[in-house]
Amino acid sequence: MPVMQFIEAVRETLRDEMRRDERVFVMGEDVGRRGGVFRATQGLIDEFGEERVIDTPLTESAIVGVGIGAALTGMRPVCEIQFADFIWPAMNQIISEAARMRYRSNGDWFVPMVIRAPFGGGVHGGLYHSQSVEAHFAHSPGLKIVVPSTPYDVRGLLRSAIRDDDPVLFFEHKGLYRAARGEVPEGDYTIPIGKADVKRDGTDITVFSYGKTLHFCLEAAEQVAHEGISAMVVDLRSLRPLDEETILRAAARTGKVLIVHEDNAFMGIGAEVAALIAERVLFELDAPVMRLCGPEIPAMPYSAPLEKAYMLSPEKVAAKMRELAAF
Amino acid sequence: MATRTGSRHGELGLTDERMLEMYYYMLLTRRLDERLWLLQRSGKIPFVISAQGQEGAQVGAAFALEKGVDWVVPYYRDLGTVLVMGMTPREVFLHAFAREGDPSSGGRQMAHHWSHRRWNIVSGSSPVATQVPHAVGIALGARMQGKNIVVLTALGEGSSNQGDFHEALNFAGVHKLPVIVHVQNNEYAISVPLRKQLACQNVADRAAGYGMPGVVVDGTDVLEVYRVFREAVARARRGEGPTLIESKNVRLTAHSSDDDDKTYRPREELEAARRRDPLATTRQYLYEAGLLDEAREKELEDRVRREIDEAAAWAEAQPHPSVESMFRHVYKEA
Repeated sequence: MPVMQFIEAVRETLRDEMRRDERVFVMGEDVGRRGGVFRATQGLIDEFGEERVIDTPLTESAIVGVGIGAALTGMRPVCEIQFADFIWPAMNQIISEAARMRYRSNGDWFVPMVIRAPFGGGVHGGLYHSQSVEAHFAHSPGLKIVVPSTPYDVRGLLRSAIRDDDPVLFFEHKGLYRAARGEVPEGDYTIPIGKADVKRDGTDITVFSYGKTLHFCLEAAEQVAHEGISAMVVDLRSLRPLDEETILRAAARTGKVLIVHEDNAFMGIGAEVAALIAERVLFELDAPVMRLCGPEIPAMPYSAPLEKAYMLSPEKVAAKMRELAAF
Repeated sequence: MATRTGSRHGELGLTDERMLEMYYYMLLTRRLDERLWLLQRSGKIPFVISAQGQEGAQVGAAFALEKGVDWVVPYYRDLGTVLVMGMTPREVFLHAFAREGDPSSGGRQMAHHWSHRRWNIVSGSSPVATQVPHAVGIALGARMQGKNIVVLTALGEGSSNQGDFHEALNFAGVHKLPVIVHVQNNEYAISVPLRKQLACQNVADRAAGYGMPGVVVDGTDVLEVYRVFREAVARARRGEGPTLIESKNVRLTAHSSDDDDKTYRPREELEAARRRDPLATTRQYLYEAGLLDEAREKELEDRVRREIDEAAAWAEAQPHPSVESMFRHVYKEA
């Protein structure tokens, strides 16, 4: 099987889908000749022209709002927000409009659009090029939220997102764009949105994560395996809908649960996963549910030591795993 | 009936019949609106927000479009617009009473949030100006599919201060999209008068910044409104891009049934506004053109009243949505 970078998986999936379905088009700042600031759309304008690879004015609300309008006519816009940090001007369009269009029109109007946004830190991006924004959107019914961690998952999930008849937020951790590589089968496979993936089986503790920290968890699991701790690592992949069945089964399997994400903990995805487990499989647990998340400060500082202190790492995760296993 | 030369509507290519139809829609809009207030005041519906004073702007604009082909992204005062585009009085009342069959939202949204898929009337929310980018996107999507349609969206002058208005006009101007943005200026944003809303004289003056024509029209003059919208529609169909049209209107009611405009609006000003009532001036025109006399006017009023009586009684008798329906259409259903 060919090996692909995460960013290549994004680009090739966009290309495949634009070839497959002429309703699919991309729109955003710098997506044309520049190919996106991360080069996710590089070369697409040569093949599909500037009518289907639209460089927009610098206007996040219009990128989403115009995308909604195009989707209402049956098109399949893939809108890029250059950094997830800049998504806030489009918040009203996403929450008040895209998420509610189907509901408020009693099923008559719907918005088959994808909003792609690079998120996350550890790339010297400071406060406004490092944020994790997923929890803000996960609170809203009507949206689907996907965070892939491998090129394989990008291919399968982005295809599903583009073909979905509801609005999907597709968050790509920018720290994975060139760091994550992996085998990707040829052919038109999809991964259903709403399905978690057991990336590593284990019997002592269960760790839930997504995005870049998922890789930290896998590395940490390797480390603690040498110490006799068998860690199961589950990639949530889809934050809304959450795969409740897989989460509950995985939690019950070991009875010890750790949730790891880069976003801060308060009211975050981990809080929801923990509540779900507490409500449904409390008596299967052998330890309190633990969380390891970003610190409770507004955003990531620029200074290298401060950024390092903010970010999780395999070592930090391994330490928490040991604590949980010893409980 | 033939087109008459020498009359204003004749010069615009409107037959006498079509002219009378315009007046019928203005009258229907007014009488429906008045009935909605009565229903609200008698406790039968929770909320009403008025089109009164803006019937000329709405009916004149909508008459320039092709029903069932062109798209409308209306705002909450656009009762006249949606009636011309295909919504029936029965459907208006289903929406107002929030009944199961409400084609706009199945009883989910507050009244006056118009939507009707069959007639290309697009659902709106309560935050203002969010619909303007949608209209631009609809025009973009339609053009990509090779469809020669025009998209009309509307909003109040207060809403023209929102970022979405500016972002959308700029986008439409850059891409030369077939959109008409209709600002129905009624001089008040709830209680805030025009002088506290705009630093420029006309909303339409802003069009220059977005590379499109900006047109000011007297919204109380249905024929002049029709004329400028017909031009904008032709321009859009020729691929020449968007137009911003500002109609100057009067607001003959409070902002909504929850508002009391006596607290901020001098009564003399309201009296002056009533003298510019588009329904009265159009009626006057029809009398002078010989298209209406007392007998024919009574006949028309009776017809409209019967339609409204029948529609209101019918809609009120329709079932409420089931509680189970609350959980439907969050996502696509299998």
